[in-house]
Parts: sequence; C-alpha cells; structure tokens
Amino acid sequence: MSVERALESTGNWLDDRLHGARGVRVLLRKIFPDHWSFLLGEIVLYSFIILLLTGTFLTLWFQPSMTDVIYHGSYIPLRGVRMSEAYQSTLHISFDVRGGLLIRQIHHWAADLFMAGIFAHMIRVFFTGAYRKPREINWLIGIVLLTLGLLEGLFGYSLPDDLLSGAGLRILEGVIQSIPIVGSYLAFFLFGGPFPGHLIIPRLYILHVLLIPGLILALVSVHLFLMFHQKHTQMPGKGRTNENVVGAPTYPYFAAKTGAFFFFVFGVLALAGTFVQINAIWLYGPFNPVAMSAGSQPDFYMGMLEGALRVMPAWQWVFFGHTFAFNVFIPALVPLGLVFTLAAIWPFLEQWITGDRREHHVNDRPRNAPTRTALGIAVITFYGILWAEGANDLLADFFNVPLYWITWAARVAVFVGPVIAYIITKRVCLGLQVKDNRLLEHGVETGIIRQLPGGEFIEETRPVDEEVLARLVARTDYPALPAAETAETEVPPSKMRGGLGRVRERLYKVVTETAPAAQPNGHGNGHGPGRGIEGNGHGHTAVSAGAGSVQDGESGEGDQH
Amino acid sequence: MSNNPSGQPDSGDSGEQSWPEYLSSRESRGMPRSGEGSGESEGYGPPRRVIGTPPPATARTMLAGHGGDGGGETPRELPADPPDLVKAKKAERVVAACFLLATLAGLGFLVAYGLIGVGSVRDAQHSNLWLGGTLSVVLLLLGAGAVIWVRNVMPPVEQTEQRHPLRSSNADRAAFKETFEEGTETSQFVKRPLIRRTLIAATVPLAVAPVVLLRDMGPLPGTSLAHTAWRKGRRLVVYGTGRPITPAEFSTPGAIISVAPEGFQNDDDAMAKAAVIIIKFRPGELGAPTVMPWTVDDIVAYSKICTHVGCPAALYEQTTHHILCPCHQSTFDAAHGAKVLFGPATRPLPQLPMGLDSQGFLIATSDFHEPVGPSYWERS
Amino acid sequence: MSWITARRRHWAAGYVVVAFVLVLIGGGYAIATSGSAAASSPTAANAAEIAQGRNLFVQNCATCHGLYAEGVNGQAPSLIGVGAAAVDFQVSTGRMPAAEIGAENVRKPPHLTPVQTHAVAAYIQSLGGGPPIPSAAQVSSVGANVGLGQQLFVANCAACHNFVGAGGALTYGKFAPPLTASTPTQIYEAMLTGPEAMPAFNDLTITPQEKRDIIGYVTNVRALPNPGGFSLGRVGPVTEGLVAFLGLLLFLVLAALWITAKHGKAHE
Repeated sequence: MSVERALESTGNWLDDRLHGARGVRVLLRKIFPDHWSFLLGEIVLYSFIILLLTGTFLTLWFQPSMTDVIYHGSYIPLRGVRMSEAYQSTLHISFDVRGGLLIRQIHHWAADLFMAGIFAHMIRVFFTGAYRKPREINWLIGIVLLTLGLLEGLFGYSLPDDLLSGAGLRILEGVIQSIPIVGSYLAFFLFGGPFPGHLIIPRLYILHVLLIPGLILALVSVHLFLMFHQKHTQMPGKGRTNENVVGAPTYPYFAAKTGAFFFFVFGVLALAGTFVQINAIWLYGPFNPVAMSAGSQPDFYMGMLEGALRVMPAWQWVFFGHTFAFNVFIPALVPLGLVFTLAAIWPFLEQWITGDRREHHVNDRPRNAPTRTALGIAVITFYGILWAEGANDLLADFFNVPLYWITWAARVAVFVGPVIAYIITKRVCLGLQVKDNRLLEHGVETGIIRQLPGGEFIEETRPVDEEVLARLVARTDYPALPAAETAETEVPPSKMRGGLGRVRERLYKVVTETAPAAQPNGHGNGHGPGRGIEGNGHGHTAVSAGAGSVQDGESGEGDQH
Repeated sequence: MSNNPSGQPDSGDSGEQSWPEYLSSRESRGMPRSGEGSGESEGYGPPRRVIGTPPPATARTMLAGHGGDGGGETPRELPADPPDLVKAKKAERVVAACFLLATLAGLGFLVAYGLIGVGSVRDAQHSNLWLGGTLSVVLLLLGAGAVIWVRNVMPPVEQTEQRHPLRSSNADRAAFKETFEEGTETSQFVKRPLIRRTLIAATVPLAVAPVVLLRDMGPLPGTSLAHTAWRKGRRLVVYGTGRPITPAEFSTPGAIISVAPEGFQNDDDAMAKAAVIIIKFRPGELGAPTVMPWTVDDIVAYSKICTHVGCPAALYEQTTHHILCPCHQSTFDAAHGAKVLFGPATRPLPQLPMGLDSQGFLIATSDFHEPVGPSYWERS
Repeated sequence: MSWITARRRHWAAGYVVVAFVLVLIGGGYAIATSGSAAASSPTAANAAEIAQGRNLFVQNCATCHGLYAEGVNGQAPSLIGVGAAAVDFQVSTGRMPAAEIGAENVRKPPHLTPVQTHAVAAYIQSLGGGPPIPSAAQVSSVGANVGLGQQLFVANCAACHNFVGAGGALTYGKFAPPLTASTPTQIYEAMLTGPEAMPAFNDLTITPQEKRDIIGYVTNVRALPNPGGFSLGRVGPVTEGLVAFLGLLLFLVLAALWITAKHGKAHE
C-alpha cells in the first residue's frame, strides 16, 4: 500500500475521531537540535523501557515469597540448602528458563545504565545551565526521578533475597532503627516485625513492579512533555539564537536517529548481558542472618551511602536513657541530603544571586560559567570520595594499602577534596576562557612563517571560521546588580538591603566571575580588524560575517585582559 | 470576531463560521518558517460543496503543507534526495547489508532458542552465549544500519524553527484571571465561609484515614529489641551442624566458631539477634572489661551482630584478637570485652554469660545483659 | 663353606647384618611410598626422613625459627607442637621460607619439593606432636554434602575470604588470600592449624567430614563456569559498576558522537 493510500484510509479514520492532523503535523516538523550530549537523557529513557520489558518477563517466573524451601534444583552446590522461595525462583530463572539468565542480566545491566545515565544527563544539564528558566520544573522532576531510581534499584536487587542484598536490607533496617523517636517503629512497620520477618520481600516486590514504576512513568511523561512543550535547548553556534531552534525535523531525521539510539542502548545491554556476568546470586548463596562476606557492597548508585557509613567516626550521644546514634543517621541522611537539597535549590539560588530571570534557551559552555562548573566539580568530588570509600576494603586488597589508611584518607579528603577541586576547576575554566579570547583576538595559527623586512620572523594567523566563531563568542551576560553600598543619604534598592543584600552582592561577584569577553576590533595598539564581534547585552551574541585579515604580526604586548 | 490574542494575522478561511478560527487562535505554537507566508487554510469540517462541483476558490489559496481538495503546488520543505546519489547508493548497500545480517542473526536467535536447552550451569552458559550473542548482533546492526541511513542516505538538512516566549500575553492572562475569578465568585466558595470551612474540616479525617490504615503493617516493637532467644540453660550449638560444644573439644587457642541457641538454627528471626561467636584464648590473654565469670576455660562468647547496623561480624584475626565487621570495618578487641577500636560502631559487642550444664556442654546462663545489634532511640 | 659363612664370627658381622636389614627396610619403604607422598599415613615417618628433615630445617628455617625450632622473639614463633600439618601447609604453599620477617607471607612457588616438605614436617612433628598431615582420603570431597559446606563456609569463612573464596582485606595491611589455587590438603590444613591471622578450626569443632564438605564447596564453586560471561573477579557490584560507567556509558557516548557528527550535514 502506498503512503498516500495508507494516509487516506487509516490516517483519515483516526483523524475523524481524534482531530489530529494539525497537532501531529506540528510534531512531525518539530525541530530537534543535534548535539551528542543531548542523547544522554535518551540513554535513561530507553534503559527504562528495556527495564519494563525485561522486568515483565521476569515477573512471569519470580515468586516474591520468603517461605523456606529446601533446594533440589539444577544448581548443584546449593542442593539441600534452606532458602526462600524468592531465591529459589531466581535460581530457576537463571538455570532452568531459556533466556532467563540473559533477561535477568540485561535487566540488571539496564538498571545500572539507567542510574549511570541519570548521573551523566544530570551533570550535562547542570554544566550547560539547561536547568535555568523556564526549565526549573523539569530539573526538580529530574531530582525526584533520581531518588525514585535509587529506591527502585535498591528494592529490585533485594528481591532475590540473596546473601549480599540481604545484608543490604539488614543495613537498611539498622539505619531506620537508629532514627530518633520513631526509628524502631518504622523498622517494625516496614518489616512487619523484627528483622528479617517474612513480609519484606513481597512488600518490596509491589513497590518495585507497580508503585514506583508507575510514578516514574508518570513523571517521565511529564518530563518529556515539558521538554517538547518548551522545546529543547541548543548549544551555541552559528545561526542559533535564544529565539530559535536549529536542527532537523522529527520526521524523518530525529525519529530515525532516536530509533537507532534505542537499538544501540538495547544492543549494548544485550552485549553486556551476554558477555559480562552481573549479580551472580548463586555465588552469593541465600540470605541468612548469621553469614557475611568480605567485599560486600551495594550496587554502585548506593555506593555513596555505603561510603558515608564507613567513613563516619564512632559518635553517639546517650541522653536521659535515649540514644542519638549519630554514627548511623548522620551518614545516612546528611551527605546525600545536602547534595540533593543543594541541587534542588540551585536554579533558584542562582537566580537570586545573579538577578537573571530571563528565559535561557542557549546553553552555556561549561567554561563560560566558571563558578557553576567549579561548584559542580566540587560536589562531584565530594560524592566521588564517599563513593570510593564505599569500596575501601576492595581498594585495600587490590592496591595493597592498609585498610584503615583508606578510611583516614577519606575522612580528610571528604572536606579538603571539594575545596581543592573547586579552586583547580575555577582556574582551569578561566584559563580556557583566556585561551578562547586569544583565539578570537589573534586567530588560528597557520604554521606559515614569514620574515619581516626588519628581519624578525612571525607566524601568520587566519581568522577562525564562522562555526567556531559563533561558539567562541557566545556567553551569558549577567544583568548588572544595583550596588548594596550606597552613599549615606541614599537607600539601597529593596533587594539589596541589609546583611542579606551584602551577601548577595558578594555572591554575585563570585558567581559571575569570568574572564572578560574578547575585545572587538583587536586591542589598543593596532591589531587587525578583529572578528566583527558585536555584543548586544542579551543572552546571546549575534554573529556577523567576521572577515578579519591576516595578522600583521604584532606580538600583542601591552594588551590588557 | 476571533479573539486571536497570539498576535498572528487571521488565517484565511472559508469564512462561514468562527469555530475554526477560534481553534486556530488557540494554537500559537508551530509557527511556519520565517519568510514563508503565515496562516493556513481551515480545511476543517465537512466539505462545503456538493461532490462533483469544483471547490470554492478560497479553498485553493493555502500554502505550506496542506493537502486539501485540489490544492495548488506546495513548496517542499525537505529535499527529496541527497546531493550525491552515487555515494547514497553505496551507503544504501551498506545499510542493506547491516539489516540482512541482522535478519540472519535474528533467525539464529530463534534457532538457538530451539536447539540449546538449559538445566545446568554449563548449559546455561551456552544458552546465554548464543541467545545473547545473536540478540546483540541484531540490535547493534539495526542501530548501525539506521545511523548510516540517516547520515549517508537521507539528504542533509538544517532547519530553523522560531520559539515564542512561554509567557502568555497580558490579554490572555487577564482573560484567564477574569474567568477564574468569575468561576470562584459563582461557586460562592469565598463568599460563604460556612461551606468552605466545613468542607475543609470534612477532608481532614479523610486525609488521615489512609495513614491510619497502615497501622497494622507491623507490631509495635515494645521491648523485643532488648531480648534474644538466649535463656538460662540453653545450649550453644555449632551453627550449621547443630552439635553442642564442650570446652575440651573447643580447645585450640585462636579458634572461633559461629554458634546458635539449640533449636533455633533455622529460625532466621531469632538468629538475627541470637547469633553468637565463641573464641578460645590462651590463659592470661583475656582481660577487663571482659566479664571473666561469664567465660568458661578461657572461652568467651560475644554477640555476632555488629552494634553499628547489624551485619554479622565474623572476621577474626587470631594474632591481633581483632573482630572485624566486613560491612563498615568496625573493629572490636575480643580479648578485652569486644570494645571498639576503630570504625563507626559505638558500642562493644555484648558478651553472652556462659556456663556448663551437668553433661559438660556450654550453655548460656542468661540472656544478654544489654540489647544486641544496632542502637535505637529507646536504648539507654 | 661359602665365604659368608666363613666370616660369621667376624667382629663386624653383627653390625653388617643390622645395617643391611635397615637399608632393606628403609629403601623398600622409600620405594613403596615415593609415588604417593601424601597418601599414606603421615605418622609412618622414619628416622631417615626425620634426619633429612632436620638437615633441611637447619638449612632453610633455623635462621628465623631457631636451631631447635624454639622460636626467636620478635622474629618467628616456636614450632614445637605445631604439627606436621602446619608445616606442610606453610611450605607447600611457598609461604615458608618467608621472604621477609614481619610482613604477611603470601603464596609463592614452593622452595622445597614435596618429599623435602614431608621430611621437614616429620621433623617438626617429632619435636612436640600436633596435627598430622591429612591423608588423601581425609581431604577427598567425593560424596561431600556441598550444601552444608556452603552454609559453614558463609558463616565462618566468607567474612575474610569472600563468598566464593576470592579473598579480602584484613587490618594493618594483612589480607585473606584467595582460595583459587589451594589444594584440598592445603585447605584442610589451613582450617586445622590456623596459619598466621587465620583462626583454627579443630577436628572436634568442625569434624573431618564437615571439613570435607567445606572443601567440596570451595573446589566445586571455583571450578564452576561463569554462565553469565566474564566474572569480573567474582567480587560483586564494585567491578560491575565500573563496567557500567567505563564500558556501557562510554560506548553509548561514542555512539551518540557518531550519530550527531557533522559529516554529511547541511548548509543553509
């Protein structure tokens, strides 16, 4: 059937009922900007779809029950061992269902990739400033999705009731128990009694297959709808302004590319599920509360919490017959709580500090927002140190370092590391900006050497080409903040009053610190005509044809930057 | 007659009714490309002519994209073919090869599923390899083929679409405000506080009800966290084998073994608190604060449940007498009351009072004298 | 009269007879047991073996352990009463002679041959008794209850050695070694004698049959193929997470770069 006939028969049938022609046409022609980093969110989305598909397969055999059975199945080393039905059914899926092990492994790899993708995507959005107005809601939804993903993964890998994940549940119970006032009640309510009970696996099951995926699905739909409705951001470049979107239409380009990427995501997960063993629960054995293994870690996305628990010194306070178990609930709540809270308020904090409440649809290059980038790297460093500490015994074993040294190093590094990372990153960003300026002002070196009449040698340069030029000049110009300090007789503007106003002013200086923009028309002492750069004070700079001539060889002394 | 607050020119239409105009005025997104004519014909609603007669002239004056009845030539937005047809042909062959191989791999998957059985570790390995290998090939080749298709067979295109401020126009906002306020006023909600307040009052218990319904999720802890399955006279048995222990048997200095109260080995709820380790020392090695009357023959019993967050702390170094919990590296000195030497645990491992029964087997002489396991609020 | 009968009253005749019989028995015994050093009962060591062991001890061990195995304070412990099993374990795994004093001794190629090892073990056994080297039948896991072995292993051994014997970290730079290369005899001996920081599990606490069950579990599991692919060391989620980031995510970033690359892009 030809395309036209299909449209006329099926298409019209649908349109008669749905009034879709105009709306769907808009979608077909919608422009999607093209940058590799914009596909990171797709990794998350497609991993989620694959999780749904493979997860459904697993539910056909998995039994969420803690009833004890004696194993007599295909995995010989565990014959005669007492285990729960959940564990037994997982062994059954792995060894007695064709494709079972493959789907189990793809499912677990997809969960890891889902979380890794969320981190990568979140970091991209942060460093390019794509969370700014009008996308704050999406940013907050993203943080909620991150939290839901953490819980979903934790509950998911605990379902098989093996020794490793069971230890994780024990730790969860101990952490909940330590919460002041309500801890023991919450723990008993969650587990239906003392640990381990026989209710936790069925309860986690329904959370894992119904409630949380439902929430994630709903939030992801809102997340995507908002992205469609507000249109995607774009990286700075030629022809790209704050008022347009440059790219290729959905149909057929973006649809084909995103479809291809789906196959890549699925394909790489299938590859991992085939060739790299993951969560080999038969090696861990069934859970029993007397047993434990060296080198027990949760899945990587819980690693920060694990590291926080390990790094914490022994600190508690017994006060009038009650225990404040700081050594447990501080590492469980504070580091992650700090990071998530900071992330959630950051768009609003940045708006308050800079006073910038315009819409932003063109991304920043990370180097052009040095403070933001440095702060992000500092937080990542903080996170990463705790994460590495979570594997401290494996690190000690592998690198032949005494065990306690690693913990001591982490205790110091967790405070010192982020500060150092901030300083270094800020300097690197400013340096890169200076390098960009130099490129703009002096042009690209061609490698052609010329000798001047006076005998000196100079290297010829040529102007950067238009695409690169557009990227180099794009910067966010922050609106000026009125001064907080005024003459004695004047009242400062309302937003700058008092101590808070002075704080805001100081923070403004820090947050908007960047290398000065490149000067149009070279600098003071007669360089070439420059690149025809014009700023107009908006969130972007318009680019003209920039046809500078070859440099006349001045070395640029006496320039001020 | 149309409101058209989006500021766009009125679209040309068949002119008979305001309904299509009203609809178009709500759609302020998806504007045509800059430079092209604005507005589109409203080919909406039933045809206004009898079949066989030519369509009205106005129906033929549309521009971008709309099929319509006998509409004129619409200028293309996308090129039909790539510039270099030879290269495209080559790329087409590559894409076709990818898809063909994918087909074969897919068939391979089906064959592998039928031929390779499971039921042992080795069989599972083979099955996983073949099913997964063929599946990976199918998916990756589909992806690769699609990418080559987009990049080398489809003509390259870059287009621009205009954004519009997300902020609604002031007129729209005013209209919204008016409508909402009108509705509120008509509902009498604000004007009649009695209705309003009683409504809110009615929803409060309803909102609390779902929380209350969760009460039976679990029993209250009471004092159960402070007690374990150990009682006076209960024998210590080796966990896993269930054999009771005499000091004469457990006599090698530097020995350790995990024990359970007799009869409770298979009770996980009990073992989660009652798991115990016994360690044999040389004479003179045990010292305060180990409670010596609770030891038998330089054998000391400690709770195995770490006081940090409850993992079983089973790692024992006989040379240093350190008990190390592998979860978070809390370290306890077994020769001195299992007091904490390093790590996040704040309390020593509780010591189990031991004695001998009439037949010479190790027994507990009472339950632990303090709660085992992680700290909690009520623990003093 | 034969020449031997003519000398029956020679003053050395008695000694010759005794020496001849000794050589006969000793040589016969050596030949009979040379192919199965660990198989026969270890307590049948004879004086020659002990003597040989003594010599080897003096050459290889006495510098640290003292001339009569009495130990040297701060350097090496006394070996009196440790038994042949402990010696066999330490020497056959190459841990002894130690590379240096004080550090944890690691498995390395053994310095002495099995026969020599047995000789030294016999010598030490003669000094003060102790657990003997287990026989092959004693360590054979044929017919073992591997399930019980698993339960005992995870309750008592995995905390140091990991679920499947992949090893783990201890304090102050020590570590519990992986069990991938240990022979059944060595596993038995280690449980029995508690080398270095490892605690001891005597035959009355964990019976020989239970030890066989544990050996059965360890040897069974380590020989298992990995049905899911590369095992990444069988240490669990840490290596898996590394693969997720450095493998999967990286691959997909490269794929994204390919998909969105400018080649074949438009001009407008």
